[in-house]
Amino acid sequence: MAEFTMPSLGADMDEGTLQEWLVRPGERIRRGDPVAVVETAKSTIEVECFETGTVGELLVEPGRTVPVGTPLALIETDREEPEKPGRKPPRRRGPKATPPPKVVPPPPHEPAPAGDRELAVDLPPEGRVPHEAVPLVRRLARERGVDLGALHGSGPHGRITRSDVERAAARRPRPPITPLARRLAGELGVDLATVTGTGRHGAVRADDVRKAAAGRAAAPVSGHAEPARTADDRAVAMRRTIAGLMARSKRDIPHYYLSTTVDMAAAMGWLRDYNRRSPVGERLLPAALLLKAAALAVREVPALNGFWTEDRFTEGDGVHLGVAVSLRGGGLVAPALHDADRLPLPELMSRLKDLVTRVREGRLRGSEVSDPTITVTNLGDQGVESVLGVIYPPQVALIGFGRVVDRPCAVDGLLGVRPTVTATLSADHRATDGAIGARCLAEVDRRLRHPEEL
Amino acid sequence: MGTSRTDERKTTYREALREALREAMRSDDRVFLMGEDVGRYGGCFGVSLGLLEEFGPERVRDTPLSESAFVGAGIGAALAGMRPIVEIMTVNFSLLALDQILNNAATLLHMSGGQLPVPLVIRMTTGAGRQLAAQHSHSLEGWYAHIPGIRVIAPATLEDARHMLAPALADPDPVLIFEHGVLYNASGEIGPPAASADLDHAAVRRSGTDISLITYGGSLPKVLMAADELAVDGISAEVVDLRTLRPLDGETIAASVTRTHRAVVVDEAWRTGSLAAEVSARIAEGSFYDLDAPVERVCGAECPMPYARRLEEAALPQPSDVVAAAHRAVD
Repeated sequence: MAEFTMPSLGADMDEGTLQEWLVRPGERIRRGDPVAVVETAKSTIEVECFETGTVGELLVEPGRTVPVGTPLALIETDREEPEKPGRKPPRRRGPKATPPPKVVPPPPHEPAPAGDRELAVDLPPEGRVPHEAVPLVRRLARERGVDLGALHGSGPHGRITRSDVERAAARRPRPPITPLARRLAGELGVDLATVTGTGRHGAVRADDVRKAAAGRAAAPVSGHAEPARTADDRAVAMRRTIAGLMARSKRDIPHYYLSTTVDMAAAMGWLRDYNRRSPVGERLLPAALLLKAAALAVREVPALNGFWTEDRFTEGDGVHLGVAVSLRGGGLVAPALHDADRLPLPELMSRLKDLVTRVREGRLRGSEVSDPTITVTNLGDQGVESVLGVIYPPQVALIGFGRVVDRPCAVDGLLGVRPTVTATLSADHRATDGAIGARCLAEVDRRLRHPEEL
Repeated sequence: MGTSRTDERKTTYREALREALREAMRSDDRVFLMGEDVGRYGGCFGVSLGLLEEFGPERVRDTPLSESAFVGAGIGAALAGMRPIVEIMTVNFSLLALDQILNNAATLLHMSGGQLPVPLVIRMTTGAGRQLAAQHSHSLEGWYAHIPGIRVIAPATLEDARHMLAPALADPDPVLIFEHGVLYNASGEIGPPAASADLDHAAVRRSGTDISLITYGGSLPKVLMAADELAVDGISAEVVDLRTLRPLDGETIAASVTRTHRAVVVDEAWRTGSLAAEVSARIAEGSFYDLDAPVERVCGAECPMPYARRLEEAALPQPSDVVAAAHRAVD
């Protein structure tokens, strides 16, 4: 049994709000599947799972804000004992805000007032909480497939007793469900309790599940969590987070800055030629070339690609380019383009488009937020000529690109008008010195002069 | 047309086996045949008819009525470098040689640390359907399939009867060939060797999408008939012929069940502890989450095989039983 916990999606995050569950108990998930939507001070993020297995109990209800590290759900991992045939995935229960309160069943012969007082804390005045049952009863209910919420307890204070469960189990024989149907139900997200079986003895079969899934797809999807905060609140919170982070960066990181002007004639010519031959949907923006050149450059100069933590530099496990994307409502995020140095340009372009779209929709994945090894900021489309950025800690460098602009330029001893771009580097002087930074910018320059090799 | 294809002439299962024996003896001097009545009588089921005349008494040897002795002699010959083919009349009699097969043939390679392979081929008849009663009619190949160290094959088609002997002889381990008695008279044209004459793979004899009918040997023709009937009812049945009972080709079984999500295992042997039980268990182990119905088994009645014709029919899996089981799984 593994715990799915509130992740830390940035150096500055210490709590997060669970907005929405993307899985349901009993559902099969693979490592990397998005599990939940978490809202942080900066944005709304889809969080992936690090285990492969079956979703067990969901411990936290959407809308709640919990500290980083709080268990959100239990996941039965595949490494555990193989599932016993016929064992049901945990039943879905009704809404439940907290883990079941620790309740000791009062021995019936002990009417001590102290016991009553204790109970008064645990139980609402009505005296009966549907799901309140001792572990043995809960286990029995799970085994027999009895929904505790539908039972009337006959025990003290309306508690559900073991015999209540057994009676209910005897009254309502569990319709058989074929293994394939069960598997499909998990895959398609169909609640088996709602499926009527057409097989022998009313067995639920694969076809029944498929029909149920088709019917459900037609119905509108509901149940999205109420946004926990208003947009204004969020903007304020994001501003505050950025403020803290950038202040920390400027305070702690001794920045040094380098800049160089890159002749983009070859790159722009190549791009024009490429785009003329490509369908509209597959055309490249200059940004794709700049990002790829930056990714290849830091691969050559790995001292800039990684993190400064605990007074030492740790190299990143790949070139995950943080791409700074400004949000419409203000603020910005810099999610990762994973392994950008190895992406062919068309792939990089489509990943970039996808990333920007999802940033604007607030649908980032956790790994995209926490993984970047170096940030690239490209303010060219805003018209600026150069950008001297502030490093995103604990990263150690940031590459900035300005607008591609025609400038008078000395070429082969003559004055010519050439498209150029100003590339800058902000780097952490604790991790590297100017010479290393210069190598990186020179590499960016060299790469952009040979666009066909990008 | 002046030419005819010589490999597609009309023949029988019996003749196919004989042709395979003849080819084996012609191509390798080390191959010889021995068993009760294989020489002058031409084999109890007529498989070796004419081989004595062609190859002489040195290579087609009649043996006394002593299964343990002549199977043991075969093991000795194999150890000495020969390639013996030993014929035991029926599987019931083979139990007299079980000690030789299990304690010697199957174990020597292991116990000698890999120094003593036993390249022996043992042929025997199995199965019921010819009114030969309890002592000649049982299907005990599942018992042999239980033994590690030997290979157990069950050719069900003319092609397999013709083409499985050569790889069996080439196998360094003892190979038991089970020939179902009702198949000997099966006739038809022999096509090229089935997909793999390598003895390692089951064969899908008919493709289908709704249910897998898994069987072998003498039950294959009945199961194919059942599949025809099911097709009339609109049920598309896939027929898997196991061909090799040990080692079982679990992958082909699993692949078929993954396609169809339902399985009927047909085995003429007694149900309890049968090969059908092994196949069903494998499906449960490996393909549980692909099953959309319980695995059905159609097996022989758990009684000594009756002599009376109607009773014998009743004791054996019939196409109608397979059809009924398939309907239980699909409907």
